[in-house]
Amino acid sequence: MAFKLDAKIPAGALADKWSNHKAAIKVVSPANKRKLDIIVIGTGLGGGAAAASLGELGYNVKVFCIQDSPRRAHSIAAQGGINAAKNYQNDNDSVYRLFYDTIKGGDYRAREANVYRLAEVSNLIIDQCVAQGVPFAREYGGLLANRSFGGAQVSRTFYARGQTGQQLLLGAYAALNKEIAAGSVKSYPRHEMLDIVVENGEAKGIIARNLVTGEIERHGAHAVVIASGGYGNVFFLSTNAMGSNGSAAFQCYRKGAGFANPCFTQIHPTCIPVHGTQQSKLTLMSESLRNDGRIWVPKKLEDVKALRAGTLKPSEIKEEDRDYYLERRYPAFGNLVPRDVASRAAKERCDAGFGVNETGLAVFLDFKTAIERLGEDIIKQRYGNLFDMYEEITDVSPYKEPMQIFPAVHYTMGGIWVDYNLMTTIPGLYAIGEANFSDHGANRLGASALMQGLADGYFVLPYTIGDYLSKKIQAPKVDVNSPAFEEAEKAVKEKIQKLMSINGKQSVDDIHKKLGHIMWENVGMARTEQSLKTAIKEIQALRKEFWKDVKVVGDAMSFNVELEKALRLADFLELGELMARDALNREESCGGHFRSEHQTEEGEALRHDDKFAYAAVWEYKGMDEEPELTKEPLDYEFTHRAQRNYKD
Amino acid sequence: MNFTLKIWRQKDAKSKGAFETYKVTDISADTSFLEMLDILNNNLVHEGKDPVAFDHDCREGICGMCSLHINGLAHGPGQNATTCQIYMRKFKDGDTITIEPWRSAAFPVIKDLVVNRGAYDQILQAGGYVSVRTNSVPDANAIPIPKADADESMDAAACVGCGACAATCKNGSAMLFVAARVSSLAKLPQGRVEGARRAKAMVAKMDELGFGNCTNTGACQAECPKGISIAHIARLNREFLAAKLQD
Amino acid sequence: MNCFLYNSSVGKKLVMSISGCALVLFIIFHMSMNLTALFSAEAYNMICELLGANWYALVGTAGLAALVVVHFVYALILSINNYRARGAQRYAVETKEPGVSWASKNMLVLGVIVLVGLLLHLSHFWAKMQLVEILGGHESEVGGQMIAATDGAALIQYTFSKWYNVVLYLIWFVALWFHLSHGVWSMFQTAGFANDTWYPRLKCLANIVSTLIFLGFAAVVVVFFIKAQCGCC
Repeated sequence: MAFKLDAKIPAGALADKWSNHKAAIKVVSPANKRKLDIIVIGTGLGGGAAAASLGELGYNVKVFCIQDSPRRAHSIAAQGGINAAKNYQNDNDSVYRLFYDTIKGGDYRAREANVYRLAEVSNLIIDQCVAQGVPFAREYGGLLANRSFGGAQVSRTFYARGQTGQQLLLGAYAALNKEIAAGSVKSYPRHEMLDIVVENGEAKGIIARNLVTGEIERHGAHAVVIASGGYGNVFFLSTNAMGSNGSAAFQCYRKGAGFANPCFTQIHPTCIPVHGTQQSKLTLMSESLRNDGRIWVPKKLEDVKALRAGTLKPSEIKEEDRDYYLERRYPAFGNLVPRDVASRAAKERCDAGFGVNETGLAVFLDFKTAIERLGEDIIKQRYGNLFDMYEEITDVSPYKEPMQIFPAVHYTMGGIWVDYNLMTTIPGLYAIGEANFSDHGANRLGASALMQGLADGYFVLPYTIGDYLSKKIQAPKVDVNSPAFEEAEKAVKEKIQKLMSINGKQSVDDIHKKLGHIMWENVGMARTEQSLKTAIKEIQALRKEFWKDVKVVGDAMSFNVELEKALRLADFLELGELMARDALNREESCGGHFRSEHQTEEGEALRHDDKFAYAAVWEYKGMDEEPELTKEPLDYEFTHRAQRNYKD
Repeated sequence: MNFTLKIWRQKDAKSKGAFETYKVTDISADTSFLEMLDILNNNLVHEGKDPVAFDHDCREGICGMCSLHINGLAHGPGQNATTCQIYMRKFKDGDTITIEPWRSAAFPVIKDLVVNRGAYDQILQAGGYVSVRTNSVPDANAIPIPKADADESMDAAACVGCGACAATCKNGSAMLFVAARVSSLAKLPQGRVEGARRAKAMVAKMDELGFGNCTNTGACQAECPKGISIAHIARLNREFLAAKLQD
Repeated sequence: MNCFLYNSSVGKKLVMSISGCALVLFIIFHMSMNLTALFSAEAYNMICELLGANWYALVGTAGLAALVVVHFVYALILSINNYRARGAQRYAVETKEPGVSWASKNMLVLGVIVLVGLLLHLSHFWAKMQLVEILGGHESEVGGQMIAATDGAALIQYTFSKWYNVVLYLIWFVALWFHLSHGVWSMFQTAGFANDTWYPRLKCLANIVSTLIFLGFAAVVVVFFIKAQCGCC
């Protein structure tokens, strides 16, 4: 049974859609809001902002996070900034321009209406955050400062040093604290959602595990909001936090929510290269560095050899022997091309043998020109903390020698399918932020993730959820003793029991590393039909190996990190296959999804709008069954789809 | 590199803990401290033993989750760094490294090196916010804020809530944490409105939760991974006393 | 009692700050008074007579005693509270944090030494002077001879002729130096009058004040000890 997808896009002119929609949807009276319960999974920018705003409206909210405090969600690690179409720099920015840049950056695989709404509410976000006491960077006149970011020709990025995500999250967390103090939100830290409970086709609650005691708990609600972030950790090595996982989203998929465009993965161009086999985590260097840093590799292969042998320092290579390949290939945008373009260009140079470290998987990000132009002091002011961080990790000072960088998995544009109201294919189940698929198409622009999380959480969901809940005002409190809850809890307990009893030979991390390797090699920056078929086969085999040979030590009824990781890996082992299947189905290149068979003569991504201008929505059919594909056509009414051009 | 690790092991909050000694071998100098523990844990799992529980998440020094007391220092050797930002090149080959959880009455141990820092959340819930509703705010540029004030506010706002200040303080005082929030908001016109109320409520909650009293040793500032200055404690004192004297 | 000076940590610290400040001012006054003894026994005794057991001196003494009691009792309350806050399980390994002074971490111990020194000092001087007058007497026996309650100079001469008193007093002054080197800048911090620009200045001030106090008191002790050894004057 394929999905009947209705995106519920309001009619009318692009700029009027959101206003018209808000006017048309139903609201819930204050007296009735008190009777309605909402569960929010995750406390990042999306979940934190949503829980706070919903609590403020008067709903009873329960908010869950796996960390020891809501403040630690991974949104906190975003460095560079947040976009908004304020036009404070007077550089002719506008809501339309932000919308257009985002659509184009996403390689025309996002919904126009959603993206326009995102651009429209972006300005409200900055107002909101300033009012909450977020200390954004300011100019001497006391007004807000901006910087520029990849994929845009205007300066529209607001920032708080290199810690913008942290500051925005602390703002949302403060708003959440206000509501927790007021009693409208109840917080459940160190709790992990292990299943979604669906009754009569509607979301009715969750099964959660208390990560401290190991107890399995049931929580009922009139609506459930998934704000659990992305699934980049399927690659084992990524810039995501160690605990970031795709399990909450995957349980929704398993229970009938459509999963859209799972193959759209963002590979961030500026990460610190992998140093060895024992590494657990990759570190991102902010995209803002590309404002002043120039990316290059040597022109001559003998220089590359000398660099690898350690007989030549990068700073000793003459200007004319350097290949600033982004500036060469994309004169108009130069080092500020979108992330997918920059990542692929780095891969192209490394594949051609110009990688500058021992593994051949690194390029230079050089500040020499900027230091000569602006002086070391200004560079220190702008990037001091990032430079220090780089030196701590690599023992090399970026003031003296260029940084080495290489692309790494950073963000997943794909996610749970949602309609314009952010509701999934399961009524009463919502997905916001990175967990959904709606706004970034095939590639996300820098400084847009924070924008989307907060837009969904503060300004979209609190309105749209009312439309559904207005029909629930007569519904009684959810009974957590119903058969649906019984069954879900039983299934969770059995799964845990099964994992604990395998007692095989491989640790969870051993298998996760293997999965990561399969994914990076075959479903990474460049994919082919062959590599994807290999990946599917290998992942299936690895999954079997996992369920036969994993070793989970300890006790299920206690604090047990190995069990937590095993449960997450079990889902990654299915999600990885789904990603490969989606990538195999999408026989074109677009944004972060690059199929080597489909490229222009110059090596750029080649879209096939006639065949693939749709969101691929997958329906779960069972662990070893092929999922079913439903297509949501993406009609471009207001923009002209073109080959992305960052050259002129 | 090879190391001997003396690690505090404690089954749960109620059990009595003790140190256990482990060896790790062939560690590259480029390995981070937590990756070194990952290697140890993977070995322990293979031996069928319970791995060492420790808190960590972003591994970029920003989430504030990691919380180890290494060789007598909160977050180990190295200035302005969290535990996850410590690399093994900071140690000498063959070193014995003692790893303990945060020790503070307000941070009870949950397991091994994991402690409960919920008290910090509770303090912020008492008043660490600006009471504004979503969507009922003026334009972001409506109130100009002097750059110096915004910068100072940001200095304080850099706090990651890791708990190193209270864990390192010989008095178990959370003043630097409380001060960072109070001071950050006090420097902004948006936060000033509730300044008096906030300072009073947060100090009262901090006292109620059993944190100690600041004796201005400055140990918190020395161990804070974000280098937050005790000048913010002075500002908290000023805010609190001014508020109380007006009551 | 529902007063922030009693039931809040910052309030209690303010009491420590203010009482400490008053005591420092008294100590500076006392030191200046002592210094006159170096130049003229008569002048010094004039001051002793002026103070004696007059009503203002008695009020002053009672006030000082109250300050000492408040400062000490609050220190005890805060320390007990701090000890509890630290938790039952202590660190097995502790390393000194960079830039943290030894004195700042040992204020209670230093305070107790200062207090013990104070009691000794009271038994040497106050008990032979003001107390005698309060009890209606005019002189007391010290070391086998009768000394008038207003003859402070003679008491100084006698007390510091004994080497063990000199040693005890010097230990006392050293403890006081450490106590004040932290206490003087710390009282500004607690009252909220400090910031990053002023820390170096305040710490410098604390070092100057505590060093001057140390030198002023120690000079009298040492000079009188040397005089006693020479026996020439």
